[in-house]
Amino acid sequence: MKFGIVRFPGSCDEIDALQAAERVGDAVLLWHADHDLRGVDAVIVPGGFSYGDYLRAGAIARFAPVMDQVAQFARDGGLVLGICNGFQVLCEAGLLPGALLTNVSLKFVFRQVALDVAVADTAFTGACALGERISIPVKHTTGRFYAPDAELDRLEHAGQVLLRYAPGNNPNGSVRDIAGVCNQERNVFGLMPHPEHAVDALTGSTDGLKIFESMRASVERPGLLSGASSPAS
Amino acid sequence: MSGSLQSPLTSRHRALGLTDYEYELIVELLERDPGDVELAMLSLMWSEHCAYKHSRKLLRRLPTRGPHVLMGPGENAGAVDVGDGLAVAFKVESHNHPSAVEPFQGAATGVGGILRDVFAVGARPIAVLDSLRFGEPEGSERSRYLLEHAVAGIGHYGNSIGVPTVGGEIYFESSYEQNCLVNAMCLGLAPRERLIRAAAAGPGNVLVLLGALTGRDGIGGASVLASAELGDGDEAKRPSVQIGDPFTEKKLLECCLELLDRGLLTSLQDLGAAGLTSAASEMASKGGVGIDIDVARVPLRERGMAPFEIMISESQERMLCVVEPERVGDVIGVCDHWEVLATPIGSITADDRLRVLSRGTVVADLPVGILVDDCPLYDLEPIQPAIAIYPAPDAVLTGEESPAQTLLALIGSANLASRRPVFEQYDPIVQSRTVRRPEEADAAVLALPDGSAIAVSIDGNGRRVAGDPRRGAAEAVYECVANLACVGAEPLGLTNCLNFGNPEKPHVAWQLTEAVTGLAEACEALGIPVVGGNVSLYNEAPAGPIFPTPVVGIVGKLPDAARAGRLGFLRDGDAIALVGSFEPSLACSELAKLLGRAPAGELPFTDPQAARKAHQAVREGVRAGALHSAHDIADGGLAVALAECCIAGGIGATVEVSETLELFAEAPGRAFVVSGPEEALAAFDVIGRVGGSELEIAGQLKIAVSELEQAHREGLAGVV
Repeated sequence: MKFGIVRFPGSCDEIDALQAAERVGDAVLLWHADHDLRGVDAVIVPGGFSYGDYLRAGAIARFAPVMDQVAQFARDGGLVLGICNGFQVLCEAGLLPGALLTNVSLKFVFRQVALDVAVADTAFTGACALGERISIPVKHTTGRFYAPDAELDRLEHAGQVLLRYAPGNNPNGSVRDIAGVCNQERNVFGLMPHPEHAVDALTGSTDGLKIFESMRASVERPGLLSGASSPAS
Repeated sequence: MSGSLQSPLTSRHRALGLTDYEYELIVELLERDPGDVELAMLSLMWSEHCAYKHSRKLLRRLPTRGPHVLMGPGENAGAVDVGDGLAVAFKVESHNHPSAVEPFQGAATGVGGILRDVFAVGARPIAVLDSLRFGEPEGSERSRYLLEHAVAGIGHYGNSIGVPTVGGEIYFESSYEQNCLVNAMCLGLAPRERLIRAAAAGPGNVLVLLGALTGRDGIGGASVLASAELGDGDEAKRPSVQIGDPFTEKKLLECCLELLDRGLLTSLQDLGAAGLTSAASEMASKGGVGIDIDVARVPLRERGMAPFEIMISESQERMLCVVEPERVGDVIGVCDHWEVLATPIGSITADDRLRVLSRGTVVADLPVGILVDDCPLYDLEPIQPAIAIYPAPDAVLTGEESPAQTLLALIGSANLASRRPVFEQYDPIVQSRTVRRPEEADAAVLALPDGSAIAVSIDGNGRRVAGDPRRGAAEAVYECVANLACVGAEPLGLTNCLNFGNPEKPHVAWQLTEAVTGLAEACEALGIPVVGGNVSLYNEAPAGPIFPTPVVGIVGKLPDAARAGRLGFLRDGDAIALVGSFEPSLACSELAKLLGRAPAGELPFTDPQAARKAHQAVREGVRAGALHSAHDIADGGLAVALAECCIAGGIGATVEVSETLELFAEAPGRAFVVSGPEEALAAFDVIGRVGGSELEIAGQLKIAVSELEQAHREGLAGVV
């Protein structure tokens, strides 16, 4: 199992994601200007401030050469995880529904938050139990998930809302407390909380490890879960 | 302006901040009048900010040697050996005047500058701490504005560049109303062999400028902003404040570290105050060589910049390096990968001159020594003021309140309330080393690869130094060491930032002299070397000087990251004990402030041996895992310390102390509240037990932890 972690100039959490992924498998960095994904089994678009994010967060990164490959990989059914800035990038790239807006507070917020697992039979949450409450930190300025009501109804009905902020834990004003959503095919997932910062009891909780373990299980035992298939090769 | 009556020559140097005496000295040394470019360069290099002309003699009192010191004062940052082949480089620096003029960019570029100092020595920045001072937030729109924007600026830069902000401190006092203080400290980690010095070497080697384009921003910042008092017309100084670009710095950082990893650089230096002038002359001076710079080759952001502007521009996110000619191609290759601009702009020469050329014409030709070494150093003329310098603050309490009411007022006061509204705006966890987050322990703790950890704290209490400069400054050192002891760390090295008023005034000179003496005495007594620092003078408004504010940052080491101490009470039924001898007083305390008393009165004497013993007992107890919590008794005294332990642990406590011990009296840095199993605390003075949902101090107060927590949480919430 090999994870590829995309590194844009301005990425900040790519090494954290690399080290987290290495706890469950192999992991390599993928440079923004590269045109191939080096045979990875899953892609992580990490947190940070790609290209400085002086424009709308993620708006430039979606045009990086490597993102063409990531989009093709996703279309072929490969697993793609976007964390924080990565979530923003995947929304900008049209790989995920909705958009991320500035926090209601208009300020950066760092906080350890409780999340409820809303859908557990996916490639990203398979190691969690339905309704399980997990503790993972958030840190962002642009993390307020938004989509029109009809779209939200559709997402919820289709089981695409995988993680919600537990009651009282919504740090940014996201609609319906949505912390993470996947695409219709359930092979692309974005979330604002940082699972890579919750993989070691020494530095916090270990609940984030479940996201990476879920991905490994899905890749190593394809077909076990609905919607997650190996990339066509 | 009176300049119209002066000859053009004298008005020229005075406008640049040089005194007549200094100008005459320059003419004497050069044996001619300096040219315009030369005078601009000299005026900056001879400014207080660059030359430390009022503090350098005094700073010689500070001890700088220690068994763990790898690099001491004089380099971009100091460095200590943390074992396992690793070094930690660190430094604190002020960005006070720019922040008072434009708080967001001033604070942001303060962080950017200190980060560059650290990666200039080859270390990857792994943590930032900030020490901030503002006027009273209550009733001062200016103070709230400065606070909000300085905090946002720090977050903007630190968060965007992926360096965690792991700690810091904030005090509010009216003396900082006009001159807020923004001191930023950075720590970096490096393999010991990657540490690099700034000394240029090798005549014939190429000088390469890395990073951002050079513009007109910050021109004269060092002299205009950092070396004179603030006053009316500060808004006109706004163009002198630099604008930060953390994205460019992030690329520059990664690029420089890769260049060093590949062994492509001979030396590296950041561009800070006085820009190219300072960087080049420092590099040449340290290496005993000369440098030629062709300003026409410097990539510019604006058209039509004059050579002097290019030489003194303080555009951010730039570094200067020396490269052997055959490696220039490789250097540019690495820079291309990171999309960092790299431009050869000059060369190292065998003589001792800094020559500036513009399209073949020499526009400045100065001996390096005159720029770096020949600025006159002034003796201070300290006189202890006969009367109080600082007015009494407005009284918030009458003294008639019950102990419980007093405790609630203290714990919710601006100086003691929870800093959560501030630190929630910073990312403290990026890079995955952070073992103790803000408000979890008295010091930040960062794990190292071998399972050990480093700890860091930054401390300084201007009100106490205002009352008693020598003991107040010493206390900052004791308190910082005490904070490290609470997580189990032993100090390795210290950096300091000396924030004072105008040193040409006798009472400020006295404060400065006394404070440096106090720092030196405490460092000697505790065996802590000073590895670097910064001086910020002229923090003065028409109403008077700021509180004298020496800030110390200490880096320490603990053997086992997993046993790092916490401040909160942990377990129901644990015993609570006092550690350390402790004769606190109300002089200059937080309670005295709330009672409306001016900072005055001798602070309690610190017995160095007793303090050392207490530090050691706590440190060893934490390291052994015998103590479940450890917290030093500082601002607000014993009652506040106990309340903080209860709030952090979410649990109550019942204690009984001698009625002669004033609950709110202070003597920071020498006594602790610890908790743990009864048998682990046998050697200490057990005063009570953890448990329940109230803090009860027998016969004096009883109050719900939830009530304390609410006051603590809400104290600053309405302000930030």
